[in-house]
Parts: sequence; structure tokens; C-alpha cells
Amino acid sequence: MLKHLREGSRLTVRLAGELDHCCATTVRRELDGLIADPGVRTLILDFANLQFMDSSGIGVILGRYRQMRDRGGLVGVINMNRHIARIFHMSGMDRIIRELDNPQEAAQA
Amino acid sequence: MTQRNKMETTFLSLPENESFARVVIAAFAVQLSPTLGEIADVKTAVSEAVTNAIVHGYEGTQGMVTLRAAIEGHTLTIVVEDQGRGIRDIPRAMEPFFTSHPEQERSGMGFSVMQTFMDALHVESQPGHGTRVTMRKRIRAGNVA
Ligand SMILES: Nc1ncnc2c1ncn2[C@@H]1O[C@H](COP(=O)(O)OP(=O)(O)O)[C@@H](O)[C@H]1O
Ligand SMILES: [Mg+2]
Repeated sequence: MLKHLREGSRLTVRLAGELDHCCATTVRRELDGLIADPGVRTLILDFANLQFMDSSGIGVILGRYRQMRDRGGLVGVINMNRHIARIFHMSGMDRIIRELDNPQEAAQA
Repeated sequence: MTQRNKMETTFLSLPENESFARVVIAAFAVQLSPTLGEIADVKTAVSEAVTNAIVHGYEGTQGMVTLRAAIEGHTLTIVVEDQGRGIRDIPRAMEPFFTSHPEQERSGMGFSVMQTFMDALHVESQPGHGTRVTMRKRIRAGNVA
């Protein structure tokens, strides 16, 4: 199970391991379980423990973004490494999903 | 000093083998003394090509995927091949965001990732027979005088 922290309407999920096509199904199912509660208005994805991500990960994150957007919610990311940031930028994800610089900013999102 | 080496490995088109292929290419590329960034680039590009062979090439079936790599001097050449369905319109498949499977939450960014993370990308395909993706990257770290 993905480590997560619920604070009011804000849910922080710590992704871990590798987010490729193989792992996407499990991660998708777990994230959907966690955001099934409509009380979650802000989803923050913490990449600190994510070792690897490719374009399959983009698909997973974009899918959760759409769900949150459709309920008027937000998605933010923290602790992106340079490699993941490049994939984010390449796919234009950085224009719709905000990178939060520090825990304080994340706490206010 | 000129370096030359070659390797080839063939595996069943199972999603579990995506990480296997990444580990194999990283282990092979190590002899070029790549930076961590270069290793990440190569692993990501291989992951994209192998995933495509599994997800699209052998969609709904199973077959073998071949990963080949060669080192010549400071250049790493990688080939990923399947004998799957093939690609009818290669330029369209390579467009950013194009995917034949949006309902599976594919992002359509696989070829763009390969293009960005490698120096060269070449795709050959024959519908009904399979696809061969060739990628090349010059590993600069070993070049430091
Ligand atoms: N090995 C392959 N065999 C058959 N079709 C492929 C192969 N690789 C890619 N394609 C086609 O090219 C499209 C784009 O690939 P890609 O950029 O990796 O995006 P995605 O995998 O997210 O769909 C795929 O949706 C598929 O239609
Ligand atoms: Mg792909």
C-alpha cells in the first residue's frame, strides 16, 4: 500500500519504487482507492522515493489529475528529481500540475 | 583506445520484463562510465521501446522481444525488436501525444521520450511482421581527458 497522509481535504501520497507500465495498474488502483473519497480536494504526489518513471507514469498521473479537476480539486507534486522533471516538462504536465517547492507551500495548497 | 562490445538478449513480452530490460541495458552501458543522468536517459528510452513492443506489438498475444546493444568508441547503439503487429503509419505514431490506446491511459509520449533522451532514433516497421527501433547515444562521461 502506498504511504499517505490525510490532513483535512488534503491528501499526500508518497510514490515509491518504479512507475512503469508494469506497475501502473497497481498504482492506479491504489490512487483511485485513496481519492475515491470526494472530501479529498487536493492531491499531492510526493516523488521523494520514486526511483524510476517513464511515459506510462505520465498516463497514470494525468488520469488522476482529470478526476481531481472534474471535482474542482487540485493536484500538486513535491520532491521531483531532474529526470522526472524533464519528463514532466516534455509532456506539458508542468503547465497543469504545480510543483510545490517545500512542505510549507505544500501545506498551504 | 577503441572500445567494442556487443550483447543480445531475448525475453517473453511480459510487463515484468520491462524492469529486466532496464537493468540489463544499465549493466551493459556501465563500461562507458556514463553519468547517472546518462544512465537514466538510456534506461528510460529502453523502457519506452520495450513497453511498446509488449503493449502494442504483441497486443492481446505473446511473443519474444529482442534487446540488442553495441558499444563502439563512446557510442552506445540499442535495438529493440518485436515480431508483432507492426506500425502502419510511422510518422503519425511518432507524433507527440499520439496513442492508439487513450482508453488505457497511454500518454502517447513514448517516442518523444526516446527522441529527447537519445541522440538518434530510427523506427522501421512492417505491418503484420514487426517493428525495430534503433537508438543511439554518445556517452560523454568517458570522454573526459
Ligand atoms: N512496437 C510497436 N508495435 C506496434 N505499434 C507500436 C509499437 N510502438 C509504438 N506503436 C504505436 O505507436 C503509438 C505511439 O507510441 P508511444 O509514443 O510510445 O505512445 P503510447 O505507448 O503511449 O501509445 C502507439 O500508441 C502504437 O499505436
Ligand atoms: Mg509507449
